Amino acid sequence: MKPAPFEYVRPRTRAGVLAALAAAGEDGKVLAGGQSLIPLLSMRLASPKVLVDINLVPDFSALKISPTHVEIGPTVRHQELLTSEAVRKAVPLLAQALSYVAHPVIRNRGTSVGSIAHADPSGELTAVLSLLDGVVTIEGQDGTREVTGSDFFLGPLESAINSGEMATRVTFGRLPTTMGTACVEVSRRHGDYALVGVCAAIVLGEDHQIDRARISLFSVGPTPIVIDVSGILKGIRIDSKHWREAARFIASSVDPDGDIHATTAYRKNLVEVLSKRGLQCAYQNALDRVAVKQ
Amino acid sequence: MTTRTFGEPILRREDPRLVRGDGRYLDDLGQGAYEVAFLRSPHASARILEIDASAAISVDGLIAIYTYEDLEGRMAERLPLLIPHPSLTAGRTGYSLAKEYVRHVGEAIVMVVASNRYIAEDAVGLIEVSYEIFPPVVGIESARAADHLVHADVSDNISAHMIQEVGDARSEIANSKHQIVLDLEIERSASMPLEGKGVYAVWDSDAKEMRLWSSTQTSTGVRAAVAAKLNLPLQKVECTAPDVGGGFGVKIMHPWPEEVLIPWAAQILNHPVKWTEDRREHFISSAHERQQSHHVEVGFDDDGRIAGLDVTFFHDNGSYTPYGIIVPIITSTQLLGPYKPSSYRVEFTSLYTNTVIVTPYRGAGRPQGVFAMERTIDAIANYLGMSRDKVRDVNFIQPGEMPYDQHLTFQDGRPLIYDSGDYPASMAMLKKMIGWDDFEEYQQLARLSGRKVGIGMACYVEGTGVGPYEGGFVQVETSGRVNVSTGLTSQGQGHQTAFAQIVSEELGVPIEDVFVETGDTRRFAYAVGTFASRAAVMSGNAIALAARSVREKALRIAGDALECDPRDLEIIGGVVQVKGDPTNCIPLKTIAVLSNPLRYAFDESAQAATQFAVGDTSKPPILEGEEPGLESRDYYSPLQSTFASGMHAAIVETDPETAEIKILKYVVVHDCGRLINPMIVEGQIHGGVAQGVGGALYERMEYDENGQLLNASFMDFLMPYATEVPFIETGHLETPSPLNPLGIKGAGEAGVIPGSALLASAIEDAEGFEIRKMPISPSELWQLRIDHQNGLVPTLKIGEKQK
Ligand SMILES: Cc1cc2nc3c(=O)[nH]c(=O)nc-3n(C[C@H](O)[C@H](O)[C@H](O)COP(=O)(O)OP(=O)(O)OC[C@H]3O[C@@H](n4cnc5c(N)ncnc54)[C@H](O)[C@@H]3O)c2cc1C
Repeated sequence: MKPAPFEYVRPRTRAGVLAALAAAGEDGKVLAGGQSLIPLLSMRLASPKVLVDINLVPDFSALKISPTHVEIGPTVRHQELLTSEAVRKAVPLLAQALSYVAHPVIRNRGTSVGSIAHADPSGELTAVLSLLDGVVTIEGQDGTREVTGSDFFLGPLESAINSGEMATRVTFGRLPTTMGTACVEVSRRHGDYALVGVCAAIVLGEDHQIDRARISLFSVGPTPIVIDVSGILKGIRIDSKHWREAARFIASSVDPDGDIHATTAYRKNLVEVLSKRGLQCAYQNALDRVAVKQ
Repeated sequence: MTTRTFGEPILRREDPRLVRGDGRYLDDLGQGAYEVAFLRSPHASARILEIDASAAISVDGLIAIYTYEDLEGRMAERLPLLIPHPSLTAGRTGYSLAKEYVRHVGEAIVMVVASNRYIAEDAVGLIEVSYEIFPPVVGIESARAADHLVHADVSDNISAHMIQEVGDARSEIANSKHQIVLDLEIERSASMPLEGKGVYAVWDSDAKEMRLWSSTQTSTGVRAAVAAKLNLPLQKVECTAPDVGGGFGVKIMHPWPEEVLIPWAAQILNHPVKWTEDRREHFISSAHERQQSHHVEVGFDDDGRIAGLDVTFFHDNGSYTPYGIIVPIITSTQLLGPYKPSSYRVEFTSLYTNTVIVTPYRGAGRPQGVFAMERTIDAIANYLGMSRDKVRDVNFIQPGEMPYDQHLTFQDGRPLIYDSGDYPASMAMLKKMIGWDDFEEYQQLARLSGRKVGIGMACYVEGTGVGPYEGGFVQVETSGRVNVSTGLTSQGQGHQTAFAQIVSEELGVPIEDVFVETGDTRRFAYAVGTFASRAAVMSGNAIALAARSVREKALRIAGDALECDPRDLEIIGGVVQVKGDPTNCIPLKTIAVLSNPLRYAFDESAQAATQFAVGDTSKPPILEGEEPGLESRDYYSPLQSTFASGMHAAIVETDPETAEIKILKYVVVHDCGRLINPMIVEGQIHGGVAQGVGGALYERMEYDENGQLLNASFMDFLMPYATEVPFIETGHLETPSPLNPLGIKGAGEAGVIPGSALLASAIEDAEGFEIRKMPISPSELWQLRIDHQNGLVPTLKIGEKQK
């Protein structure tokens, strides 16, 4: 369990990083928190020739919270995002989801942008990006692109980032106060990747009636799966029958793979149970937020 | 003033060093040594056709590549079969490097030595091996079917078959008023110490001596095995177990191929060589345990009293049997626990499969036996509509019946006779601690609010402190420092504390003056090893005996010096004094001086012992029958094992929708005789319970039909984290063992034993239907619910009540 030989560079500037990545091309990999990459290297499941360590670039660690947006730099750690009160206020779903990500020692090192760039369909943040239509800023020597959540994930561990490029920022819009969110999941052990997870968002309209309801499933398909259930829940006040109907609809539209930890049938059951719980929880959260506002 | 040490919860003296990172584990040693990586078989069953290492030769930093063809003499012979047994009629062991055939994924084929491990792995990646691949044997069913064979000359895949019978169980069952039949299964787990195995060897070509370090549970065993394999005199091999990051059984197996290959390479290359096992290697080339399937038939009366118990089980022993059939023997004999069925028949068949070998893992066959027995008791309770504790009660051996002879032959070849124990008292304590009698009300209330909760209990008896022997050495230096050594090894059991407590108590010295060394053949060459909950019983008693004879000698010399009868003396705080006259005294360190008459005065205390300073000139300086020095060596060798016991109870909650299983309360009542250090015993129990919970709810080795281990990493082999282990309440009962001077019994394995039995019992109580197979995951529990709804899983009486 020792990595194959690789070259290691640690530029101190953004330009230096981009130049190193461009030079390495297909043979290069960004090293951020290393919590996913280093195990892959040690097991020789990945053997890039060049590792470009981005941790010394000062402005990469910026976490900016403006009245309209939260901008996350590529070396901002999970733990910083999880514990930032300002982030919790602006985009509550980030903290809700991050509390399920791994354990403190891993969150202290792992980066949130890295987690999204890694595009593991079991990662909580991939579902958050998809559900909230977050924007990933991708930079290469030839320029900068912005890719929205729904277009970012192409497959397991596959994203819109091309070789020679990197994600330099992820941006989320501040959530409206009429929106409530929740993240719920079932994992085998505390901090493990979920067997099934659900991020849910509900927007209230007039009279506290549901205007919009969407969920994003992780650990269910090759990329996060976003499903809109506004059609079932729109204009509805609390009634368990409708939650169940929405949850059944969601479960019927997915076909998760079975593995050694859970069968397909069990995962489908979890999709249903967790969708129901997630939607209910998001609804409650929306009511609470509206109440605070008033 | 003296303070008692024996029986006190003294803080572990080894911890400050270990938690500060000052431990020296195997991989911390041997900086600059060559390092080794292995090419291991990717196939479960194959013939090696060709090994092509040509591409690896040019790797910079490569030192050597070895295959079976390079081994000579005894190195080319099979590894030893450590524990032969008459019933093990087709025992087979492998070679240290595969000879023509590989029989499990992970078997070592090529050894690569390089200037470091990275380079060694680079070279391994360049070696090409071609194979003729055979369909493998995976799992008990496939082994029994014997469509394919693990060893060509074992035509039924059966390594061993054994029957023990007490009374005529089959006819007693037939004549019983009630009968039940159960089929039960337990899957594979493993010891999984955080530190894997590792070996470091230095060959001294001047002295022709081998110096060896191994992360082992038996340094004496490794030493002897290496001496034999390398054809060296025992005197020319020394082995030390450095700090060892856990063993749990896997490191009592020896010699591992690497334990002979590394010193062999060090000798050939005349350079220090080291191998540190990585996690994947540990998964696929160390040892597993637990997999068994049981068929139980039981006959009983209206009160639940068992007249006959007939158990037939199959044991998956993996690809080889180097450690014999210890595990199934223990299962078959310890299955009875605290109960006394009028008759018992047990028959087991041990089977070869193309998987990693099976050798004892903490609990060593007992968890499976206890699972079979306790499931049976619960099934009887359900059948009769009786409470589960009542059925246990009527079957318990009573304290007045001790010593109780189960009329079976135990793993050490000796009669299985329980020495002491009070099972009814344990049960009373357990029920009180868990709130057994009030639970039904709580369960009803919970059910009203849509919650599923259940309670369970499980009992076990554990034969501990198996022979043949251990030794202890106690020496008082002229500085007052007390050196203690014993040959068995430490892997975190707190020996440096517990053994020091014994010596402090026996000798009357402050514990701070006592220094314990273990697992170093240079210090103590006669030993067996640390396993089977035997260290405290075996070495503890040997050390106590050695301390007692040091005490006796000290009192004798002090009696001469103080001109009084030794019987009037006592030792307090390291000073020998006349009882009732503490001013009339002499420190032990002075006695140490007096005990060793010297010619040369190299320091102040030695000066006091030179020939012109001490002694009666009419006698020889060392009297006949005496030895110089205030020290003694003694051994403890028991007639039989001593039997500890315990009972666990737990309350679980299962999620009605997701079938997640949560332990709400976990209590342990434990009786390991006199306690040397209750805190250490509790620590042992906590660790054991964690492994028990792991085995019941999380861990399993997932082999696919090709014999590939699908979850050979900590990502997918789910050991419980601290967050999955419940808070554990422990109650101690102390029924001393009459068998040994200290009255103690072993405690090392206890915590793990009833885990699967207990949690199956509690989950069953929460769900209302039968649980027959462990471990159980939420996914499986959820499927069982569906199967139950479809009538495929029988409802229990408690389940009918719930309707
Ligand atoms: C025991 C354990 C449990 C975990 N549990 C969870 C969990 O429950 N949920 C979860 O979501 N994650 C979990 N993780 C993963 C953790 O969140 C990682 O930190 C995260 O997935 C990757 O972030 P990183 O900064 O460590 O990335 P690295 O390991 O440094 O990189 C991962 C990959 O992303 C690429 N990359 C990183 N940053 C960028 C960038 N800015 N631009 C382009 N490519 C980039 C790298 O090249 C590499 O391919 C766990 C990890 C461990 C070790």
